[in-house]
Order: sequence, then C-alpha cells, then structure tokens
Amino acid sequence: MAETENTSSVLAAQSHQVAIEASRRNKIRNFRLLSMPALIVLTIGAAGPLLIMLVYSFLKAAPYGGVVWEPSIDGWFGVFLKKDIFDGTISIATAHLSILWRSVNLSIQSTLLALILGFPTAYFIATRSVQTRNLWLFLITIPFWTNLLIRTFAIMQVIRDQGIINNFLIGWGLIESPIEMLYTDFAIMLGMTYVYLPLMVLPLYASIEKLDFRLVEAAYDLYATRLRVLWRIIIPLVRPGIVAGSILVFVPSLGAYVTPRVLGGGKHLMLGNLIELQFGQGRNWPLGAALSIFLLCVVMGALLIYVRVAQRGTTEHV
Amino acid sequence: MRRVIKNLISALVALMFVNAAHAAGELHIFNWGDYTNPDLIAKFEQMYDVKVTITDYDSNETALSKVRPGGHGFDIAVPTSSHIPIWIEEGLLMQTNPNEMPNFVHVAEQWRNPDWEPGRNYSVPWTWGSTGISVNTAMYGGEINTSELFFSPPDELHGRINIVPEMNDVMNMAIMYEGGQPCTTDKEVLMRVRDTVMAAKENWKSIDYGTKEKLVSGDVAVSMNWNGYSKRAREENPDIAFGYPKQGYPLWMDNVAVLADAKNVENAKLFQNFLMDPENAAMISAFAQYANGIAGSEAYMPADLASAPEIAIPAELQSAGVFVPPCPPEAQQLYTAIWTEVQK
Repeated sequence: MAETENTSSVLAAQSHQVAIEASRRNKIRNFRLLSMPALIVLTIGAAGPLLIMLVYSFLKAAPYGGVVWEPSIDGWFGVFLKKDIFDGTISIATAHLSILWRSVNLSIQSTLLALILGFPTAYFIATRSVQTRNLWLFLITIPFWTNLLIRTFAIMQVIRDQGIINNFLIGWGLIESPIEMLYTDFAIMLGMTYVYLPLMVLPLYASIEKLDFRLVEAAYDLYATRLRVLWRIIIPLVRPGIVAGSILVFVPSLGAYVTPRVLGGGKHLMLGNLIELQFGQGRNWPLGAALSIFLLCVVMGALLIYVRVAQRGTTEHV
Repeated sequence: MRRVIKNLISALVALMFVNAAHAAGELHIFNWGDYTNPDLIAKFEQMYDVKVTITDYDSNETALSKVRPGGHGFDIAVPTSSHIPIWIEEGLLMQTNPNEMPNFVHVAEQWRNPDWEPGRNYSVPWTWGSTGISVNTAMYGGEINTSELFFSPPDELHGRINIVPEMNDVMNMAIMYEGGQPCTTDKEVLMRVRDTVMAAKENWKSIDYGTKEKLVSGDVAVSMNWNGYSKRAREENPDIAFGYPKQGYPLWMDNVAVLADAKNVENAKLFQNFLMDPENAAMISAFAQYANGIAGSEAYMPADLASAPEIAIPAELQSAGVFVPPCPPEAQQLYTAIWTEVQK
C-alpha cells in the first residue's frame, strides 16, 4: 500500500517534472518563434549583403564597373599589395595603409574627445531630479532630428575661414588672419565627435543613472579624495556604459563617409571614401568589396581587443 | 483645425482627379540633378498630355550602376559623351534613330556625327560645355587661360585652389598639361603627371564639389569648374571669370537617350524629337546655363547667354578643347592608383 503510494507520488513527481520540462520546451519554442522575425530581418538585411560583398571581392572587375563571374584574388591582392605602375615591382600598398591609419587614428581621437565631453554631461544629467532628467535627455536627442548632412554643413559654417569662429576672433581683434580649421584632419575629428556625441552620452547616462551613490558617500566617509572616488568607485562601476559608448562612437567613425568628404575637403581620404572611389570612378568593384570586408575585419578586431581589455579591468576591481 | 483637415482632404481628392484626368501617358526621366527646366517639362506635359517624373543622379557611374540591373522604371537617361559608348556597348540604350526624326534638321552640323556616337542612332543633344578654370579676378589678376594655376600655381595662390573630385577630368587635364593625349597609358607621361599632381596638391586647399559657394564666398580664389556653373557663380559675384586652359581641357556633351527596357517608348521618342526644336532647346540652356547643340536656338535664349564668355569659347582656345573618350580599363586602373596615391 505504502509502496503504491510511494510509486504514485514518484509518478506524480515525474509527471510534474515532465510538465515542467514540457512547459520549458514550450517556452523555448515560443522564444524561438518570437525571435524569428528579427532573425529573418537580420539575416536578409545584414548577412545577405555581406555575403554578396564577400563573393564580389573574389571576382574579376568588369571593364566599366560591375563584375565578371570569374574567380580572382586581384581584389584582395589590391588591398594589401600594389604593383608599381611604372616598374612593375610588387610592394606593400602604402597608400591604403596610410588611409587605414588615418581612419583608425581619427576614430580613436573622436572617441576619446566624445568620452571627455560626454562623461561630465551624462553625469550632470544623471544627478538631476527625475523630472528634469527627461528634459536634458530630450535636449541631447534633438540633434538626431536633423539630417546628418545638414549637421555636417552646420559645422562647416562654424569653422570655415569666413565662418562664425574666425569672424568673431577677427572682429574682436584677437587674430589677424583666419585660423585654417576647415579641410584639415582636425575638422574631420571635430565633425565626427559632434555627430556621434549623443551616442556616447546616452549609454553613459544609462550606466551612471544606475550607480549606487551610497558607495560614493561611503568612499567620502572613508576620506577618499574626489579624484580617487572618480577613479576607484565611479569609473569602474559605469565601465559598461563607457565601453558601449566608445564602441558606438568608434565604429561609425571608422566607416564615416560624409564627414571626411565635407569637412576634410577631400584632400585626405578615409576608408569610406576609398571604398566609394573604387565603386565609383575607379570602376574596381572587387577591390571595393575586398576593402569593405577588410574594414569589417578591422572593426571586429578592434572591438575584440577593446572588450577584452575592458573586461580585464572589471575583474581586477571586483 | 477640423476645417483645415477638411480642406486638405478635398484638395487631395481634387488632386487625385486631376491626376486621373491627366494620366493619358507617362514618361520617367533619369537626369543629372538641378539640370532640367521645369517650364520645359510643363510644356511637354501639356503638348502631349503626358505625366513626366524626373529622378536625379549625381554621376555617370551612379546612373550606369542603377540602370544596368534593370527594374528601375526609367524611360530616358542623359549620359555624358565620354560614357555613351559604354551604354551602347552594354546594350542599355534603345536604337530610336533620332537621325530620322523630323526635328533632326535643327541639330547643328558639328553635333550630327560625333565621334562618340557616329550617326546619332541613339541620342539627341542636351547641353555641352567645358571643364576649365574659374578665377576670382579680385583675388588674382594674372593670366587665367592656363592650367598652370592648378599644377604649378604662383605663390600667391598657394592654399587658395579647389579641384573638383572628378578623377578623369583632373587626370586628363594634368596629362594634357604634361603634353600627353587624354586616356594615355604612356608610362613616361604618367610618371610626370604623378609627380606634378603630387607636388601641386600641397598647394590645393580642397578637393571638393560646391565650387560656386567656395568661389562666391572667397574661400578659394581658383577652382576647377564647369563653364555653366561658373556663369551661375558670376551672377552672384561679378569678379568670377572663366578660363580655358591653353594646354588642353576636356569638353563634354550630355545626350538624351531612350533606355533599352523603357516602358513608354513612344513618349520617350516624342520627347527626343521635342528637344531638338530650337525653342525648346533654348529653354534647356536658359535653365542650365550651358550651350545646346541645336542651331537657331540662340534666337530664343536670354539675351546675354549665347554671347557669354563662359559659353562662347575664344577662337584661339577652341582647338585646345578635347572630347574625352571613355578611357580603357588599363588607363583607368593607372589613374585610380595615382589618384589614390595623391589622396592618401
């Protein structure tokens, strides 16, 4: 009797287990089904074009743009190496390397400047009262209402030779001749920082908002200096926001096209412009495709290194 | 507010009826931006009861790569002379035989049998012009009919020069400056070209479009430019003059052609014939500020246009203008390599 009771309770427990398992499976299936639309969009929208690019980068260039369906590694050859057009010797493609270096360098500078400007802004917003915070956030997002191109032209108006800054400085007799800012690498860096600054502020704000200010108080109670509190308490705790913000600024900067075109004056290319040249007037689509994939790899590599370094920092502190 | 919405709705309904009543035919034109006189289109729409839509493009490469895969829905495109042979060779154009159309008699003798399209079996002239030098004469008083201003500028112009980012125009002008033929693959000439352009670039302020704004505002004193655009700049700043480099400069003509996969072929042909009427051709020029290829259109143009220094090339500089053919892929590769080197 007791035994049957036992078996039945085991059975009940088992069936309960089975029910849990089934509902868990159901849940998983539902999640899968629910995520399908997004996955399909991502596959078609992101992986599809990338695959086309990858295939194109291994084809031959057609004489007047487009590709011929014959396998070839000329595109990839052109990314790294160049055949001297005069004596035919093969060497490293220094032009491409220096363009890559300019892109990486300016993107890092923009990211740093955005961080320096964005951190105090985000901190300021996060320490306002809940009602006023929304207003400040709203102000930060206003530039997003305006087209990127228009914002870039606005910056151009500010820094050109006869622009607002120079006219002001000359008008006040502070300088004699205009400071040349437009059409320099500085202009590109400034433009990218301005354009992508909200992308730094928003994730930083999200992190700082969650910061437990009791920890800051505790640090002060233990006689930590302000700098020490910032360095040892605040920054480690908002690190995820710093990482997210930096990535959001760095990645689009690296592939920027409009800003270098308009503010850089076209004298110095960045990777985005080099790629456009190959698809447009250069009529070398495979090289353009290979450069695009190469840019993607650079971004991925940079992100991997960055995230790894950032993570190591976190574990040290915990 | 409610009245506004009501008015809006009735206006929309009215608009729908207008369209419905008007839609006897359609024509979809793919043309360069800011280039088509709206009055010209209105006239054509009224004359033939056709609804015309215009879509813009910004470069020959863009136009070519959008039309090539098909499914674009355009009936007409306006490729430049240097690209017409590519369009024909790739089978993108329909042979509409403009040379047999009634208005072909108005096409000026020199444009009836151009090198880029012998016999004109496909296209009719839109406008033609030159790529030369715009100079703000208040900022520079020297000789302006020379490409030295780009490639070996006097000290006073250093840092005050703009070049348009049209690789082929820049390269061909530099090649002619060094005494070569456009589209050359002669290594010796190209080596000199590379050295010249690399050195000259240090004196350039920018490589950018927007030539009119830069010249009018005085940001630059000299810019590579198109003649009609230079005339528009002169209207805003009378000091801006246009020079024709005596060492050689590119000429071009944009041509109206019907696409091979056009849906509204008859309307497109009507449009081609319509454009060769001198009165209509004059309307193209009046808007775009470039010369057209139709004899007798001068009579209908604004008074100053036909004789403007940007349109009427001085006799002694006429022979320096060259219609540049599409450069072969070998040349293109060399030019891209040099151009990348210059902008690295």
